[in-house]
Parts: sequence; C-alpha cells; structure tokens
Amino acid sequence: MNGRRGDAGEPLLLGVRHHGPGSARAVRAVLEQARPGAVLIEGPPEADALIPLAAEEDMRPPVALLAHAVDEPGRSAFWPLAEFSPEWVAIRWALEHKVPARFIDLSAAHTLARADDDGADSDGPRVDPLGLLAETAGYDDAERWWEDAVEHRGAGKGDAVAPFTALEEAMTVLREEYGSGGHERDLVREAHMRLRIREARRECEDGVAVVCGAWHVPALRRGTTVAADRALLKGLPKVKTDLTWVPWTHRRLSRRSGYGAGIDSPGWYGHLFAARDRPVERWLTKVAGLLRAEDRIVSPAHVIEAVRLAETLAALRGRPLPGLGETTDAVRAVMCEGSEVPLALVHDRLVVGDVLGEVPAAAPAVPLQRDLARTQRRLRLRPEAGERELELDLRKETDAERGRLLHRLRLLGIGWGEPATARVGTGTFRETWRLRWDPELSVRVAEAGVWGTTVPAAATAKAESDAIGARGLAEVTGLAEHCLLAGLPDALPTVMRILADRAALDTDVGHLAQALPALVRSLRYGDVRGTDTAALAEVAAGLAARIFVGLPPACAALDADAAEEMRGHVDAVHGAVALLGDAPAPGLGDAPGHGRLRARWQSVLRTLSARDTVPGVIRGRSVRLLLDDGELTRDAAARLMGLVLSPGTPPADAAAWIEGFVGGSSGGGLLLVHDERLLGLVDAWLTGVPAEAFTDVLPLLRRTFSEYGTGVRRTLGELVRRGPGAHGGTAAGAPGFDPGPDTARADAVLPVVRLLLGPDGDDEGARGAHTGVTG
Amino acid sequence: MTVSVGPTPVHQPPNGSGTVTPAQVLRPHAEEAFAAELAALAAQDDRPRPTRWRLSPWAVATYLLGGSLPDGTVITPKYIGPRRIVEVAVTTLATDRALLLLGVPGTAKTWVSEHLAAAVSGDSTLLVQGTAGTPEEAVRYGWNYARLLAHGPSRDALVPSPVMRAMADGMTARVEELTRIPADVQDTLITILSEKTLPIPELGQEVQAVHGFNLIATANDRDRGVNELSSALRRRFNTVVLPLPETPEAEVDIVTRRVRQLGRSLDLPAVPDGIDEIRRVVTIFRELRDGITTDGRTKLKSPSGTLSTAEAISVVTGGLALAAHFGDGVLRAGDVAAGILGAVVRDPAADRVVWREYLETVVRERDGWADFYRACREVSG
Repeated sequence: MNGRRGDAGEPLLLGVRHHGPGSARAVRAVLEQARPGAVLIEGPPEADALIPLAAEEDMRPPVALLAHAVDEPGRSAFWPLAEFSPEWVAIRWALEHKVPARFIDLSAAHTLARADDDGADSDGPRVDPLGLLAETAGYDDAERWWEDAVEHRGAGKGDAVAPFTALEEAMTVLREEYGSGGHERDLVREAHMRLRIREARRECEDGVAVVCGAWHVPALRRGTTVAADRALLKGLPKVKTDLTWVPWTHRRLSRRSGYGAGIDSPGWYGHLFAARDRPVERWLTKVAGLLRAEDRIVSPAHVIEAVRLAETLAALRGRPLPGLGETTDAVRAVMCEGSEVPLALVHDRLVVGDVLGEVPAAAPAVPLQRDLARTQRRLRLRPEAGERELELDLRKETDAERGRLLHRLRLLGIGWGEPATARVGTGTFRETWRLRWDPELSVRVAEAGVWGTTVPAAATAKAESDAIGARGLAEVTGLAEHCLLAGLPDALPTVMRILADRAALDTDVGHLAQALPALVRSLRYGDVRGTDTAALAEVAAGLAARIFVGLPPACAALDADAAEEMRGHVDAVHGAVALLGDAPAPGLGDAPGHGRLRARWQSVLRTLSARDTVPGVIRGRSVRLLLDDGELTRDAAARLMGLVLSPGTPPADAAAWIEGFVGGSSGGGLLLVHDERLLGLVDAWLTGVPAEAFTDVLPLLRRTFSEYGTGVRRTLGELVRRGPGAHGGTAAGAPGFDPGPDTARADAVLPVVRLLLGPDGDDEGARGAHTGVTG
Repeated sequence: MTVSVGPTPVHQPPNGSGTVTPAQVLRPHAEEAFAAELAALAAQDDRPRPTRWRLSPWAVATYLLGGSLPDGTVITPKYIGPRRIVEVAVTTLATDRALLLLGVPGTAKTWVSEHLAAAVSGDSTLLVQGTAGTPEEAVRYGWNYARLLAHGPSRDALVPSPVMRAMADGMTARVEELTRIPADVQDTLITILSEKTLPIPELGQEVQAVHGFNLIATANDRDRGVNELSSALRRRFNTVVLPLPETPEAEVDIVTRRVRQLGRSLDLPAVPDGIDEIRRVVTIFRELRDGITTDGRTKLKSPSGTLSTAEAISVVTGGLALAAHFGDGVLRAGDVAAGILGAVVRDPAADRVVWREYLETVVRERDGWADFYRACREVSG
C-alpha cells in the first residue's frame, strides 16, 4: 500500500463493511494520516450535488440517499447512512477538510432501469465472502468473525492502513478463487468505479482515497484498459432518475437496501462507534440506566457483575472482547433475573434503538410529492387553497379513485380532504368530502416521504406501522376500516393479524364488543366494493366467539353505570351479529355458518337472561332481544317478566329490568301498547311497589317512559286509565277501531309484503309482517 | 434426555451406612455414574482451572453438552438444550458468583445442578433440600447435644451443614427449591454469599470460605405461595432460566417415556396406542403455555397454571388409569379431558374463560378434534 500524500500513484483503496463501526473508525484514521486530495465513495454519482447538504447544521444521520425513477416513483432505491457508516465518515471528513467527495458507483439511472433488480442477481450461486473467511478462521458465524476481526479492534496502533491491506489480501484470494461470485452485475459496477477513479486521479494531484465494500477492492486494484471498461458499460438501459436525502431510522437500517447489507443491531454499532473507550462497561451502564428508568432495581454492583460475566463468557467462547451476544447473556443473567421481558425492552430501545435522522429543508423534493402531483393531474383533482365540497359517486371509476386517494392521504396525516356527511342520500356508494389545500400540507407530504415513494405504498407502510403501534383494539379496528376505504389490500394482512392478536389477548369484553361493529361494517363495506374480505370475516367470527365466551362472566356484579354501558355493548353485538349473519362473506355466508353464529349468540342471551347475578337492565334487554328475534314466545317473555316483577325482587332491580326490556329508543313503548299482558304486569307491579321504595325506582321509571313518543305515552295512559284487568277485547277498543284484528284484511297485504321483502325473506319477513298487522 | 421429570430425588448422605455399593443403589450420584467421562476429561484438560476445580470451565461445558475428546472418548450430553445456558452457568461459577437455576417443574434444574457440582467439585452431595420446614441449622450448623452437654461448646460439638463443609473445603454446595425455604433461613445465605464467611458466635469463631466454594440453587419460577427471594439475596445470584423442551416432538418423547415408566410402577395394564392422545395433550399444553397455536396463526390467552411437562405426564397417567380401570383400555379423548380441565383451570373465574375461549376458537375448528371438543364440553359443562 503506497497511497500516501503527495504520491499520486496508486489510489488508496479502503475496503469496508457498510455500517461497520470498526471500519468507520479505521477509515477516519487512514484519511487523517494520508490526507488524500479527493475522496471517492461507493454510491450513485447523481448524488454528488447532494453531498454538500451533509455538512448542513440540521442534517443528522441516520439518513438515506433515495433514488427514484422520475416517471415511476414506485421504482426506487435507498442507500442508508448511519453515523457509524464508513461512507458517512468519509463524506464528513471530505467536507470538513474542503476536499472534493464523489460517488463512483454505477449511476442510479442504470440501477433503476434494471426491472427485476434482485431476481437477476440471485440466479447463480452467490458467494458470501465474509462467510468464507469466517469459516476459514474457524467461526461458524460470519457476523461474529467480522466483529472479532474488524469491528471490535480498537482504533489500532501503528499503521492505520495495515488492517485494510490485510483485508484486501484476503479478498484478493477469494476473488481469485470465486471471480465475481455470482454477483454478475458487480463486474459492470466495478468497471464504472475504475473509470471514475481514473478520472479523479487525472484531476487530483494529491492522490485519491476510495471507500467501497471490501469485496470490490481487488477488482478496483486490477489493471484493466479503459476501452475494456467502457465496453462493459455500453448499452446499459437507463431511466430518468432523481435523488434526494430522506430521514432514516435505526429500525430501518436493519432492512436490506441499496448497499445490500442490513444490520441487526444498529444501536449497538452506534455505541461501539461513539464510545471513547471501555465499550462493554459503557454499554452495560447504559442498559442499567434504561432498566432503572423502567423501575427495575439495578445497582452498580449488578453492572460490575455483568461486566465480569460478559468478559469471562467471552473468554470461554474464545472471543477477544465481549460482543453483543455475551453482553446480552450477562444482562439476562445478572440484571434481568433470567427474564426475557426486560431483555426485549433492552433490545428494542438500545440494541436497535429509536434514533430518527433529519435532513435539511433544502433537500430536493421527495418522490411522494411527485407521485401525488401526478395522481392529482390524472384524477383532475387540483389542490386549491379555498374550501370546497366534493361529491363522489363511488360507482364511477374516477370518483372511486379520488375517494381512495383522499382516504390514503388521511392515513398519511395529510388532511387535504375531510369526510363530510352527505346532503342527499345515505347510500353506501356516495361520499362527500370537504377539500382544502393548506400550504402547510406540502411539509406533511415531505414528512410522509419516509413511508414510501408512492401514495399507496406510503399509506400501506404507514397503516402497518400504525397497526403495530396501536394502543387499543378499537384503534386497530378503525384502521382496518380505513384500509378498506383507502383500498389498501396489502396492508390488511398485517392489520388483521394484529387485530386478531389484540382480540385474543384483550381480556375486556367491552373492548371486544366495541371492536366488533366496526369490523362488521368494514366487512359489509368490503362486500360492496368486491374486496376480498375472507380474512376479515374470519377475524370477525373469532372476535364474536370470544365475546360469546367472555360476556356472561363479564356481566356479573356490575354497578348501575357499568351495567348501562354493558347493555350498550350487548346491543352493539346483537346488531353486529345480525349483520355478520347476513353478510354473504366467504366462509361465513353459507347458511350453516351464519345460523350457527346466531344460534350461539342467542344461547348467550338466554344465559344472560336467566342468570340472577346479571344486572336487571341487561337481563331485561336480553329477554327483549330474544323476543324480537322470535326466539322467545310472548308467553315465555311474560313468564320471565312476571318472575322479575314478583314481590321477591327488590324494586330497584325490577325497575332496571323494565328499563332494559322496554326502555330507551328501542320501541318498547309500542310493545307495551300492543301486548296488554305485559302492560298489565308492569301496572300490577308498579301499584304494588311499597311507598318507601317508590321514590327509589321513580327516576329510573321516569327515564324509561319519558323517552317514549308523545303518541305512545298518551295511548299507554289511556290504556292504564281504562284500568287493570281490562283484558283483551274490552281494553283494545280504542275509539274508531275494532277490538280484534281483521285477519282477512291483514292477509290481503301479505303478498305485497312478501314481494317487497323478496322471496327469501320467508320467515323473518313473514314474522315482520305478522307483528306489523297484529295488535 | 433434556428433562428429568419427577420429584426431586432425595440423596443418601455421603457417609451413610457405607454398606451399599454403587451398583446396588437405585440411582448413583452423577460423579459415580459418569466417573469414566470425568476422568477422561480431567486427563486431557490442558486449559487453566480455577482453584480447586476438578476441570477447566471449557471441560465442564463439554461434560454437560457432550462432545468427543482428542483421544476419541465420547462424552454423552447431559443437558440437551441451548448451549448458551450451560455456558452462562459455567461462567457464573467461574466468576465466583452464586448460580440460581430457575424454571417450571420438570426442566432439569436439579439434574443440571447435580452435574455441574459433580464436574466442578467432583462431589454433588453437599446438598440442602429446601422445604417449608428447612431450619437454619441446615444452612449454617447444628449441635451434637450429647457432646455439647458433656464437653461444652467446642468445634467438636458442632455439626456442620453441607454449606459450611463446602465453604471449608472449597467445594460446590447445592440448595434445592430455594424459594420454599422460609425467608429468615434464606437470609442466612446473604452473609455467606457476600462476605464468604459463616460466623459461629457461640465459639467466637468463624468459617471462612476458601477458593473454590460456590453455591448452586434451584427454584420454581411459577409456583405461587412460596417465599419470594429478597432483592438483597437475589442480587447475589446470576440467574439462568431453564426453558421447556424446544420442540413438540421432544416433549412428546419425554411424556411417552415417563408415562411408560410410571405405568409400569403402578401396574397399569399396557395401553396399546395412546400416542395420539399424548400428542394432543402435549399440543394443548404447549399452545396454552406459549399463548399461540402451533401453526403460529392465532394468539391465545395463557391460564395461570404452569402446564409443565410434568403435569402433562400426570394428565396422561390419570387418563390411562381411567381407560384401564373404567374404559376399554384404549386411551381416548374422554379419559384425558377431565385431567386437562383440572390442569388448565386453576383459577375458577379467569382460567375458565381462557379455557372456553380456547375450546371455541381453536379446538372446535380443528380437524379430527371433534371427539375431544365434545368430551371437553361434557366435562366443562
């Protein structure tokens, strides 16, 4: 290696591992020592113009270079850079020393033009260079070998270049043995790099330093002719591309992307890079700090013992220094008392970490903006500052797409359109939006660029991430609904999985009952749109099953408020089960499935209505729901009512039962009007309530009856005035009406009713018609 | 096998009657049973050994995990499970910290501690069995009252505990079921572990631990109603949790093997083919324990019981007894249903919901489980 300052001979080739803290430190040391006149870095050359942005005050890694095809923002590639990435260190060094820095890899224009990026590469057997070296060194784990051999070496004494020379030698042997190792595209990339290096060397007299993946070093060193390299690069497909910086996160560093290599423990690497000395001691102190913040008792003595254990473990395993594995084992055994739970926290917060990068406002527009503008043009939906209302008829393709776009933007936190209630019609095919484009929304679009390069992709990623971070079950259900509205089928599997998990672990039946109606709504909505909702139906059925199991125990021993709330849940579930039964969803729509679900719900209601520990209001409600469904005869209902209203029951409980049975907006008043037996029971009970208890039950009764319509109240009053015991014929003689129903006339209506309700609405339709005409 | 199931064996005191030879005893100590392996390891061990260790830490790890030596001697694996666990355990002992092995019953805690002590000190008999009635004397020292009355307090009148002997000789002491020991007795361990000394105030003397002394304790981490360790004591231990068997196959294997042994000792008639029911019991236990179905698609609530392998064994044994004495001799769904219900539903309110939910959402839908679903509905009503 002879690329010293002033020696314009060989370039200084620094082979690194992307995101390797040890490599980063070594690169800095070499640059400080050699002081080259230019720094060349593996990366897309179109980004050269963006390099100065790295020096800006508000540029904070992790960030990524994002390249995307101008006409197709969905086609994109990322080159993430963390603080501990050698490439980032090199860029910063160049900027600090006013030395030109350039990217020398193949243009993103060519990279993105290759349609199936990974597919072509993975055809041949790919060689894992680190794996081979590790195997040679007697390691079974390549990562561990690299850590021991490179990353965990300290700054190193003596010649800073020596480690790179050694690595180059190893790689040269490998390349001689394996050639391009199945990475055919590498040959083209390397040709391009060589050309760029030659170019730079002509321009720069102080010698150049090249920072690239260690694998490429032998190829860049090799002497080839310019003509041969040019020939390799001839005729490559090309697309128009655009590049920018986008903020990145540590969590995303663990993903495979532009540089190929993802890392599992960015937080640990960041620590290794940032720690001045004694990395293990510092790391374990950090862990102790985190655990203390989470209220675990961790003393300095714990840290001492953890350090000892980690070091001895490293010795037992034959490693020069404790790595992440040893420290994790030590943390588990000493600080976490063997438990994985706090350890998961350590992994999440420290080993991966929540670091979020920042890019200066001057960075070019993100592709999401471009995609949005294109979509707006296509859908002829111009952003206007003034507020206007937009009516969408979802049966039309364009309108449906507009609706989806607005929903997706809402998911991304870009509140361009707010749904408004429709002025006309309540059909499911109509949507009304209030549109207003605030300038501030452009900033939101830029921020949302983190999530993806097109609106659907970004919305999908955001929905998935929201689902994972959602706190309550209802939040996830809402999200599922939103995904359907926004037409994001790709996000649904994740959302559904999380929904199912949440539902399984949620012990509060109330939460489940709240979630079910929204889910069933989504299911029906999906049906209207022809979306595949099989997964949704499965989750809904599972949710229903859990509610059925959990509801009876959850209804025991409730106070008045809780009972009232639970009654709401019972009503909601009842409605949802009815809808779920009707929904012609695959897997559920078949008659037995539907019937089974309903029958199971009815048996739950029956359990509720018969159990004494269940509050009166819920019992009454259950009886009523069963009665309305025709599952309970009027006689049976009357018997149950008679039981509750008998003198043995405390009056307050009985009043609550009445409230549940006939109260509220459930149309219970009409029931009393039409079934005098029930009215008679209520009447008899009310007159029998002892004077001292009467004031107690009065508010409840008042609430029950005051919600009836005026007409109903008057009729009831008249019926009561006519006196108790006035039964059947005599009682029903409202002025102008025949006391009994005229069955012949009623029957005459039936054909029309049947026609209206359709041929299949047999039993329910007939029952509905029957209740309608009797009385 | 990975897991030795069953009650913690009671060891003969080392200097018992002395008339029983190793070949006659029902179960020889680890250091006797594997004397050849230990000797081979010691002969070829060229790594540094901590003071008074019979083997180097590397050799101890090899003894537990198995392997073959340069001269071809094959070391059988004593513990089949994550390598990490054995490494951490051995390293803990090498750093002079006490080791606490945690796990639900039947995860080979005792087995591992016995073999560790045998490999490190060559003696696994310095044992204190923790019970609710373990007195302080069992951890510190007692008195030979005849001598005490005759000659007054002296070292001769003192009866040392296994821990005291381990301290004096630089050996590994073992405490079984640490959390069953009353809190005040547990606390005597604090001085021993932090000061490495055991004062004898009656004589104005003390016993100081010499190099090589260490302590391995085992405890149940899911048992309720035991004496939780104080944080002061807990801090003195490095904790290693021994996991349940990793794969269903391993667990089925353990259950089958153990059930056969138990059945023989209870003189139950041999059952032709219970393997399907055993598999089912293991599946249910694993699913409820892990809170997720084996296909990884559905999450479940976990009941409050431990649902260990040991309990699966007792459910199957109970089912076998039912089948043999009251049924047609074939283990069927109905024979194990009641046992499973009893194992799962420990808390009548919460666990019943968990169980019903499991029945309705998982068992009901599963192919070929209809008989079991019916049987369970019958017993749970």
